[in-house]
Amino acid sequence: MTENSKEVELNKSGSTPEHEYDGGLRVANLDAVADPGLEPHRVRMTDKSVKHEKAAVRQVALLFTLSMLGSAFALWAYFTFPLSEDLSSVRLNTIYLGVGMTLGLLGIGIGAVHWAKTLMPDNEVSEERHLTRGTDEKRAAAIEILAAANQESGFTRRKLIRRTLYGSLALFPLPGIILFADLGPNPGDSLRHTFWKKGTRLAKDPTGIEIKASDVTVGSVFQVIPAGLNPENKEYLEEKAKAAVLLVRVDPSELNETEERKGWSYQGIVAYSKICTHVGCPVALYEQHTHHLLCPCHQSTFDLVNGCKVVFGPAARPLPQLPITVDSEGYLIAQSDFLEPVGPSFWDRSVKK
Amino acid sequence: MSNAQNTTKKNSFLAGTANYVDERVGASGILKEFGRKIFPDHWSFMLGEVAMYSFFVLLLSGTFLTFFYDPSMAMVRYDGVYAPLKDALMSKAYETSLNITFEVRGGLLMRQVHHWSALLFVAAAGLHMLRVFFTGAFRKPRELNWVVGFVLFVLGMAAGFTGYSLPDDLLSGNGLRIIDGMIKGVPFIGTGISSLLFGGEFPGHVVIGRLYALHIMLIPALILVFLAIHLFMLIIHKHTHYSGPGKSDTNIVGYPLMPVYVAKAGGFFFIVFGVIMVISTFFTINPIWNYGGYDPSPVSAGTQPDWYIGWLDGALRLAPTGLEFMVGEYTVSMNILLPLVISLVFLALVAIYPFIENWVTGDKKEHHALDRPRNAPTRTAIGAAGVTFYAVLWAGASTDLIATHFKMSLNQVLLAMQISLILLPIAAFYVTKRVCLSLQRKDKEIAIHGRESGRIVRLPHGEYIEVHEPLDPHDLYKLVDYKDYKPTVARPNAQGKITVAARMRASLSKFYFQDRITPATKTEIAEAAHHAHEIEAQVQKAIESGK
Repeated sequence: MTENSKEVELNKSGSTPEHEYDGGLRVANLDAVADPGLEPHRVRMTDKSVKHEKAAVRQVALLFTLSMLGSAFALWAYFTFPLSEDLSSVRLNTIYLGVGMTLGLLGIGIGAVHWAKTLMPDNEVSEERHLTRGTDEKRAAAIEILAAANQESGFTRRKLIRRTLYGSLALFPLPGIILFADLGPNPGDSLRHTFWKKGTRLAKDPTGIEIKASDVTVGSVFQVIPAGLNPENKEYLEEKAKAAVLLVRVDPSELNETEERKGWSYQGIVAYSKICTHVGCPVALYEQHTHHLLCPCHQSTFDLVNGCKVVFGPAARPLPQLPITVDSEGYLIAQSDFLEPVGPSFWDRSVKK
Repeated sequence: MSNAQNTTKKNSFLAGTANYVDERVGASGILKEFGRKIFPDHWSFMLGEVAMYSFFVLLLSGTFLTFFYDPSMAMVRYDGVYAPLKDALMSKAYETSLNITFEVRGGLLMRQVHHWSALLFVAAAGLHMLRVFFTGAFRKPRELNWVVGFVLFVLGMAAGFTGYSLPDDLLSGNGLRIIDGMIKGVPFIGTGISSLLFGGEFPGHVVIGRLYALHIMLIPALILVFLAIHLFMLIIHKHTHYSGPGKSDTNIVGYPLMPVYVAKAGGFFFIVFGVIMVISTFFTINPIWNYGGYDPSPVSAGTQPDWYIGWLDGALRLAPTGLEFMVGEYTVSMNILLPLVISLVFLALVAIYPFIENWVTGDKKEHHALDRPRNAPTRTAIGAAGVTFYAVLWAGASTDLIATHFKMSLNQVLLAMQISLILLPIAAFYVTKRVCLSLQRKDKEIAIHGRESGRIVRLPHGEYIEVHEPLDPHDLYKLVDYKDYKPTVARPNAQGKITVAARMRASLSKFYFQDRITPATKTEIAEAAHHAHEIEAQVQKAIESGK
C-alpha cells in the first residue's frame, strides 16, 4: 500500500497535520506547480458607485413590494374567482390564484438573492479545515470512557448476561412482525377460481346486457363480464379483476384450434381472459387485420386465432381461454370456469390442488 | 431627539429578546459556532438545495391535501360538479380527489403543486447525486453520506409511487396492478405478500388506506430523519469546494452563513417554490378526471408512469419473450425476476461505488477539493455508462410512444432498445473516457505552452510559428491542480502469497489509471517557457535587423 512516497500536506498555518493518512496509489507530485492563492477579488459596481448601490437598494425594495402586491392579488383572486358548475371557473381560479402566489414567492426569493449578490460583502473567506477524526487526546478519552463503561457494567466479562441479552434482543421483534400476518388472508385457492361457472351468461361490460350469439358479427369485439356480476356484489372489483373477458368473432376458417379445444368456441366466437399473463394489465387492444391482441402496458402481443399464444413482448403464456357455447335461448354461456388461473404467473399456479 | 429615543428603545428590545432566548436555549453558543460558518458557492451545489426545498413544498402542499382527501375505497356514486362522471361508480378516494380539483378553491393548484414538486424532488435529488458522483464528492470522509443520500433517493421514489396511487384513478390503478403482478412473480412468497399488501385479492378494499399511511406518515418521517442525518454530516464534514487556486483539501473557501448564505439560500427556497408555483399554475399534471375511477377492465393506450418509475417499467418491457420456465410443477417467472434483479443490482452498485473506488485507490486521505470530471477519466466514464444504462431503461418505458410517434415498428424499436441496453453503456464508457483524456491533454498542452496568442511570426529561416502567451498563474493552477494515481501490481502478502483480492485490485487499478495523464510539472512549464523565450529573442532580433 505504501509504494508511493507519502505526501506531506501542510496546513495553511504551516503546522504538520494532526494525522498522517496513507495515500495508496496516489503519486506525490514533488515538482507540482505552486498554489498562487485565491484569485484577486473583483470589486462590484455597487461597491464602487453610490449611484449603483442606491439603484440596487431600490431594486430589492421593488421586488419585495412586488411580492406584497402578488400576495394581495392572490387574496383578491380567491374571492373574485369562486368555483361553480362551469368548469372554466376552475381554470380562472387556478390561474389567478397561481399568478398571485407566484409573484408573492418569486418577489421574496429574487429580492433576497439580489440583495445578497449586490449589497452584502462578496469577499470569499478561507478557513482551515480539521480532520474529521478526533484529536489523539479526544480519542484516548473516548476509549477510556468505553473501557470504564465496560468495566463498570461487566459487559465483556459477564458472558451469560451478554449472550442472553443478544438472544432477547433477537427475539423481541418477532411478535411485532407476526402481528402483520393479519394484513391479509392466506390466498388459498382464490387465484384459481373466477366468477364464471357452467352456464353463466356472457354480458357486456359495464352495462350487464347479456349477449346473444347473433349479436356478435364477424370482426366485432366485446368487453365481457359474467352476467350477474354487478356493483352490488361485495367483491365486485376483485371478481371483475379476474373475470374480465374479451369476446371476438372471426371467420371460423381462420381459427386454428387444438383438438382438445375444438368445442370451446361457437361458430368462430372465441372468449379469452382479458388479464395479461405478464403482470395483469387488461389486454384491451384488438388489431382486426392480424387478429392480434395487444396489452398497452408492456406491449405483450397475443395471436387470437392461434390460441392466444405470445407473439411479442415479455409475457410468457397464452391468455387463458374461456370455453363457451350457447344456451337454448341463443345466449352465449360459459361451459365452465377457466381451466387454469388467469392473470400474472405465480409460483405454484401449476400445482394441482 | 425622538429619533435617538426610538433607536435606544429598539435596541433594548432586540437585546432583550436575544437575552431571553439565550438564557433559555443557549442561542449565543449555537450562533457563535454556526453563524459565520463558511459555505462555498457554485451553481452545482444548489441541486441538493432544490431537492430539499421541493421536499418542504411537498410537506406544505401535502398537508393541505390531507384535509380534503379521504383514502377510502368504499364505492359511491359521483354527485359532484364534473358532469362527464355524473353518477359514475367510484371509490371515495377518487371522489374526494375530484372534489379537491373542482370544488375546493385553489385545490387543483395545490394538487398540481404537490405533483410537480414531487417530480422535481426526485429529479433534483438525482442530479445532485450525479454532481456528487462526477466531482468525486463521495470520497473519504463522505462515503457514508453518499449512502444516506442514496437512501433518500430511493425513499423519494417510494414516496412518489405511494402518492401516485392515492387518487385511485384508472391510470394509477393499473400501476398498482402491475406492482401486484410483479409481486406475484416472486417465488415462494409472492402470492402471500400480495395478499398481505392488498388485504386479500387485488384490488381489495384496503390498499389505498395503507399506501396513504405510508405516504403521509412513514415515508416522509424517514425522509426527514435521513435528511437530518444528511445535513448533520454536511456540517461535520463542511461542504466541499472545487479545486483551484487557494483551494485545497485543508481549507474551505466561501461565504459566511450569516448574512450572505442565509439570504441566498433562504431566497432560493422562495425561488424554487415560486418556480413550482408558476409551473403548476399553467401546466396540467395528472388530469385524473380524464381517466375515470379505477376499474380492472378498461385501460388507456400509451400509459406512462411518472418519470422516476420509468426505468423500472422499461426494465419490465425490455425482458425478451419466453423467459418463464418450470421447475417441476413450479413456475419461475424470469420475465419479472430478471428485470427486478437487474434493477436491484444497478441500485446496489450505485450505493457501494465509493467503497469500490476507495478499495482500488487505497487512498485514505480526506478529500475536500472536488475533481473536475475530466481529471478522473475512468470514474467519469463509469458514470456515463451508468447514466446511459438508466437512460435506455427509461426510454424503454416509452417504446410504444416512440413507435407510434415516429411511425416505426414497435417490434424493432424494442429490439433496438434491447441491443442498446448492452451496447450503448459500453460505447458511452469508451467515448467519455477518450473525451476526458483528450481534454486533459489539451489542458496540459495549454498549461505547458501557454495560450495561443493569434500572433503569427516568420523566423529568419522561413519557419512560421504562432507565439504562445504564458497563462496567468491562477488560470495555470486550475489546469494542473488535480490528484494523480498510478496503477499497482499484485504483491505478495506477509505469507508470501499473492491473493485473489490483490490480483483483482491490481487489474482494477490498471483499468482505472493505466492511461492516466499526469499534471504538468513546474520543470516542464519552466522548460517550455525557456524555449519560448529563445524564440521570442529570435523574433526580436529579426524585427530589429529588419529595421
